[in-house]
Amino acid sequence: MAKGKYLTGASRRSLLKQFGAAAIGISFAGGLSACGGSGGGGSTVNFYNWDTYIGPTTLDDFNAATGTSVNMSLFATNDELFARLRAGNPGFDVIVPSNEFVTRMAQAQMIQELDHSLIPNMSNLLPEFQDAAFDPGRRYSMPYTWLVLGIGYRKSAMPAGFVPNSWRYLFDSPQFTQRIAVLSESADLIRLCAKYQGISLNGIPDANLTSIEQMLIRQKQHIKAFHEDDGQDLLASGEIDIVLEYNGDMAQLMSAEGGDQFDFVVPTEGTLINSDCLCIPTGAPNVAGAHAFINYLLDAEAGKKITEEIQYPTPNAAVAALMGADYQNNPVIFPPADIMARSEYGAFEGDDRARLYEEIFTRISAA
Amino acid sequence: MEQSWKQAKAAFAAIAVPPVAWLVFFFLVPLAVIWAYSFGENTGPITIDFTGTFANYARAVEPLYLQIFLKSLIVAGITTVLCLIIGFPVALAIAFASPKLKAWLLLLIMLPFWTNLLIRTFALIAVLREQGYVNFALEWLWNNASGFMTLVGLQPLGEYEPLTLLYNNTAVIIGLVYVHLPFMVLPLYSALDRMDRSLMEASLDLGAGHMRTILMVVVPLAAPGIASGILITFIPALGAYLTPDLLGGTDSQMIANVIERQFKRANDWPFGAALSFLLMYLTFIAIAAQAFIQRKSERRG
Repeated sequence: MAKGKYLTGASRRSLLKQFGAAAIGISFAGGLSACGGSGGGGSTVNFYNWDTYIGPTTLDDFNAATGTSVNMSLFATNDELFARLRAGNPGFDVIVPSNEFVTRMAQAQMIQELDHSLIPNMSNLLPEFQDAAFDPGRRYSMPYTWLVLGIGYRKSAMPAGFVPNSWRYLFDSPQFTQRIAVLSESADLIRLCAKYQGISLNGIPDANLTSIEQMLIRQKQHIKAFHEDDGQDLLASGEIDIVLEYNGDMAQLMSAEGGDQFDFVVPTEGTLINSDCLCIPTGAPNVAGAHAFINYLLDAEAGKKITEEIQYPTPNAAVAALMGADYQNNPVIFPPADIMARSEYGAFEGDDRARLYEEIFTRISAA
Repeated sequence: MEQSWKQAKAAFAAIAVPPVAWLVFFFLVPLAVIWAYSFGENTGPITIDFTGTFANYARAVEPLYLQIFLKSLIVAGITTVLCLIIGFPVALAIAFASPKLKAWLLLLIMLPFWTNLLIRTFALIAVLREQGYVNFALEWLWNNASGFMTLVGLQPLGEYEPLTLLYNNTAVIIGLVYVHLPFMVLPLYSALDRMDRSLMEASLDLGAGHMRTILMVVVPLAAPGIASGILITFIPALGAYLTPDLLGGTDSQMIANVIERQFKRANDWPFGAALSFLLMYLTFIAIAAQAFIQRKSERRG
C-alpha cells in the first residue's frame, strides 16, 4: 500500500474537506438542475457521498461496465445531508446516510424502499448485515461500511506500556489534562459517557443524563478542544495527545508516513457503532440506475478497490475475503470481538431526544 | 437645480426595479420565511406548523441562552475596542501618507479580504499552534538565549515549553481582530482622509500638542467614521461562527454556533429562527444607536 497516500486526505469528515464539499456542492447544484430536466434519466446517476469515501477508479469502472456515468458530489456531515434533502430532493439518486439517519429519513419518507431483486449482490453481505435493527428487513438501505469510535493516541506521550483503554481518560480523569480533544457531536459524546457509566447508550435514563452533564462540566477544564471530526489532524500536529475519533480516520493516519507513532484502542467498556448505508432518496430521477449502482458497489471486486482506498471495515464478506491479511488482521480496523460484543448501534430516538442532547451540550459548553 | 426623481418616474423605475426585486426575493422573502419559522412548532422531522406560538422566544430568553448572548456581546465588544485601538493609528498613518504610498497601504489592508475566511483561519492555526511559527520563533530565541547563558558560565534555561496559543478565548479574540480589522480601518480612513487639514494646523498653531490635537480635534471630526467603523466591526463579530468554532476551546461557544447547531444537529428550525431574530434585534439596536450618534454629530457640525 502506498505510504503517505492518506496524509493530506485524512478524514472523510475533516473541516477543510467540508469547505471543499460545500464548494463542490454549490457548483453541482447548478449542474443538477441543468441535467435533471432534459436528460429524462437513464444515463446518469447522481451520487451524494462523503469525501475520500470511494475507490479511485470505481466511478469510471461502473461507467465502463454499464454505460451509466456517475456524478459525485460531497457532503461532510449527516446533518448537512439531511438539511440538503429536507426541503425536497434536489436530484440525487444515491446517498450515504449513517444508520440513525436511515431511520430518521425513512420515518420522514425522504428515502424510498429498495427493490431487492435489483440488488443480487446483497448476498455478498455478512449475515449480520443482511438485516439491521435500524432498518428492519433492509427495506431502505444497503450497508456500505461500518465504523466505531475509539481513542487515538500518541504512544510517546503515554507512560511506558500504558494503553488508554477506558473512556475514563477522556471523560473523567485529569491524567492528560489539556492534551485531550473530544468530538463535538452531542449525541455521540453523551452516549459514550453512558457506556463509561456501564449502561446502554440507547434510552439513557434522566438521572444518568444529569450525572453525565456534571461529569463533562467537571472534565471540561482538562479538555483542550471539542473538535469537528478533525481530531486526527490535531493529534498529528502535536496539539493534543489523546483524542476521540473514528477507527477509519485513525487507520488512515496510521498508514500515512510517520503514522507509527500513533495508535488506536477501543475502550473495554464498549463503544458506539455506526454504519454508513446506501439509500435512494424519494424523488430520485434515475431509480433503475441507482439500484444498478448500489448493486455494483456491493460487488466483490469493486468493493475491494474501494476498501483498499478508504480503509474502513467492510460489511461485505466477498470483499473481506479478497483483502489481504494486512487489512483483515488490523486491530484498528477490526476491534477485538469481545469489545465489539459490548458495543451498540445508536438508535434514532426521535427529534426531541436529539434536541435534548443538543441542549445538554450547549449547557456544557456555556458552563 | 437638481432634478427630482418625480420628474423622471419611468427612468427611475427602470433603474430601481432590479435592485429592489433582488432585495425582495433574496433578502426580504427568505427573512420573512425565517421570521415565520420562529413562531412555528415542529410536528415531525421535516414538518413545521405555523401556530403563532411564542414558545421559541420564551426558550430563547432562558438564562442559558441569555448568558451565551451576553458572552457574545462581550467578545464582540472586546474585538471592536481592540480593532479601534489598532485601527485608528493605522488609518491615520494611511490618511497622511503620500498618495503613492497610500494606494499600497490600502492594498495591504484589503489583501487579506481576497482570501477566503476559512483559509485565513487555517493559516492562523498554522501560526499559533504548538508546532506553529510563533512557537518556532520563540523556541529559537529561547535556545539562543540558553546557549548564551552557558557561554557566560550560567545555568542554561532548560527545555523550551511551547506556549498554548490556540483553543481558548484569547485565540478567538486574536482571530476576530485579525479578520475584522479592515472593517474598522477603511471607514476610519475615509473619515480621516476627508477631514479639513487646516483645522489640525490651526490647532497646532494655537499651541495644542499632537496628542491633544488628535483627541480634541481629529477624533470629534472623525466621530461618524468611528461610529460606522464600530458598527460594521461589531455586527459581524457578534455573529461570528467560524472563528470560535475553529480557534476556540471548550468554553468559546458564541451564539452563532448555537444557532448553527439548531439548524443542523438539533433539527429545530423554529428555535434556531427565534435565536437568529433575537440576534437581529440586537443588530437593529446597534444600528439605531449609530444613527443616533450620526444625527447628533451632524446637528453639532
